[in-house]
Amino acid sequence: MVFHLDKCIGCHTCSIACKNVWTDRKGAEYMWWNNVETKPGTGYPTAWEDQNKYHGGWEQNNGQPDLKMGRRELRVLNIFHNPHLPKLDDYYEPWTYKYEDLFDSPEGADQPTARPISMITGKYVDIEAGPNWDDDLGGSPVYAANDPNLDKLTEEERAQVFEIDKLVFFYLPRICNHCVNPACVAACPSGAIYKRGEDGIVLINQEKCRGWRMCVTACPYKKSYYNWSTGKSEKCILCFPRLETGQAPACFHSCVGRIRYLGGLLYDADRLLDALRVPDDKLVEAQREMILDPRDPQVREGALGNGIDARALEACERSPVYRYVKEWKMALPLHPEFRTLPMLFYVPPLLPVMAKSEDGLYDSSNAELFSPIEKARLPMKYMASLFAGGNQDLVRYALKKQYAVRLFKRLDTVGDMDAAAVKRALEQLNMTEEEAEQIFRLTALPLFDERFVIPPSHREQALQMLNDDMWAEKGGAGFGFREAPVRGA
Amino acid sequence: MHNNLLYIILPYTAFTIAVVFTIHRYRKDAFTYSSLSSQFLESKELFYGSVAWHFGVIGALAGHVIGFLLPSGVRWFNGVPVRLYILETTGLLFGLLALIGIISLVVRRATSSRVRAVTSKMDVVVVTLLLIQVSLGVYIAVFYRWGSSWYVTSAVPYLRSLWALQPDLKMIEPLPLVIKLHIVNFYLLLIVFPFSRLVHMLVIPLQYLWRPYQIVIWNWNRRRAQAHAPQPARQPAGVTSPADEAAAETQPVSVYTR
Repeated sequence: MVFHLDKCIGCHTCSIACKNVWTDRKGAEYMWWNNVETKPGTGYPTAWEDQNKYHGGWEQNNGQPDLKMGRRELRVLNIFHNPHLPKLDDYYEPWTYKYEDLFDSPEGADQPTARPISMITGKYVDIEAGPNWDDDLGGSPVYAANDPNLDKLTEEERAQVFEIDKLVFFYLPRICNHCVNPACVAACPSGAIYKRGEDGIVLINQEKCRGWRMCVTACPYKKSYYNWSTGKSEKCILCFPRLETGQAPACFHSCVGRIRYLGGLLYDADRLLDALRVPDDKLVEAQREMILDPRDPQVREGALGNGIDARALEACERSPVYRYVKEWKMALPLHPEFRTLPMLFYVPPLLPVMAKSEDGLYDSSNAELFSPIEKARLPMKYMASLFAGGNQDLVRYALKKQYAVRLFKRLDTVGDMDAAAVKRALEQLNMTEEEAEQIFRLTALPLFDERFVIPPSHREQALQMLNDDMWAEKGGAGFGFREAPVRGA
Repeated sequence: MHNNLLYIILPYTAFTIAVVFTIHRYRKDAFTYSSLSSQFLESKELFYGSVAWHFGVIGALAGHVIGFLLPSGVRWFNGVPVRLYILETTGLLFGLLALIGIISLVVRRATSSRVRAVTSKMDVVVVTLLLIQVSLGVYIAVFYRWGSSWYVTSAVPYLRSLWALQPDLKMIEPLPLVIKLHIVNFYLLLIVFPFSRLVHMLVIPLQYLWRPYQIVIWNWNRRRAQAHAPQPARQPAGVTSPADEAAAETQPVSVYTR
């Protein structure tokens, strides 16, 4: 999965598509399997990135990865009360409005109003938080200033972010990262959470889940949610019923800015432990190392030998994700230092200062190539804290590449650029004109089938292996509950 | 007659109901097996209630079970007065811990509107029975001293006689009313067990201590699946494929062990 942040307009269509399909139910009202955050900002749940508060993700103990929640033996004692569980108030109390008051109120001097009521208790509530409470408040000293990523900046850099002229923000859509080293799976006492071998989707078996809530704490991205009504945890399922029938997940499909890309990645799971042994700022490269080239004959042979279908392999070759992540090195994982090896990659947004304004004059000439990148409105350190475990070079490279493509296309279409300078820019980044053209195509003009290259999942083959009467499945959707998902007594 | 009803018919009925319906529920409605935690809605008061209750009740229950399994061992242990005092005090402390815990949980459930929103009628029944049971237990521990000793010489022989299918009431007939109530209330708890949230004690995730951290499940074995291509001829409904075409493979694969 790749999200191209330079294209995200923060419209929340993805969130609504997901909410309508999956979480518009009792107990799930507060769940946003997909949400869009404003950065700088505290996100959802509030300040989720602060692992000193939430204790999510992994840490290295004598070279061995272990959960930040504590040693396994001691964690078992927390089963009666999980000290690091986020509370409802870290999210918000879901509410609706008492609309019937608008119709049923007796006639009086005042206009009747629909007061907010809690969807949990049914009582009147004062709304104090919501799923997008700090939406667009990039410069806010109340919300944005509490962004944990700003802690790493110097006073000057912080001042730069919040200087009113330079007020800056961008959008960060988030779903489950379907990690290679998922902390939620590792933390589940019941063994109910697993990663699917076929497509890497991380799922919670609702019949095995006993509601111990350890996954909620363990997931550093806070993308596992506890359903307070059914007593089970739930998370993004990457719309697997859609994927299995060749459709893109609802949030991908509905994306207005077309920022989302989906495609197969082949990786070598045996390299996982080695990849986790490196320091934080090397994690992105270590993860890239794990990803294999589907065109490499040796890789192909190995994959086919392991029973991966030739058509799935062919889809991996056309994967837009492989290009952004591995070939072009433009897409970076969110907070790799949580060490879950997230499989959702972000192309960082290009927020350069393109011009300066002095005495009312707008000057957009740049003395040096890439100088706008160096003067980006969000300090490189901030971006590196989000996307590269502190490694500023990786972010800088990804941003320069985007900028170079713009220079290249401007020369191509408008022609008012210095051709030699553009050539130099491409050379500095070890980039050919052909590659620049391809990046431009996939970024600006990708067709539906280029954004979503979904390897066929061959459910028909799986069906053939079932002992059950396969015609009993006829007309079925292939998923669902064998019994109604209602709370036990 | 009334003794037979309470101490013979009731326990066998309760035990049968508990076993049959617990298994039935697990097989037919696994979804409803959950701790049904309300910590997400209210956490601070739960800490004192839940931790005290669970450790207290596990300790107290363990004492009863040990007495049931090893009556002569307990009698031998209690042969030395100091050991008897230690055992009695420990038992009482566990009982008090459980009592404080459950009272605190009842208060929490009654006062927090969010927690009340997830409280079922069965929760009220269960918590009432548990409150009665623990109160009686603590009362007995305080007012009928050396319970650890007389438990193994009166109640345990009776319980073991039930287990051996030769009910013998002569040891418990002379017991005080409070103790009899404690016994009958236990049977009532057994009856509600399969229909309540109490079943969560059967799904304690002990296996977590030794399972590998990561779980990868392949829904089907691609190699075997491809061996089945091309598609077999259509079969009429009701005809199953041969047994060797095993169902979906769901073996956890360890990525690393710790």
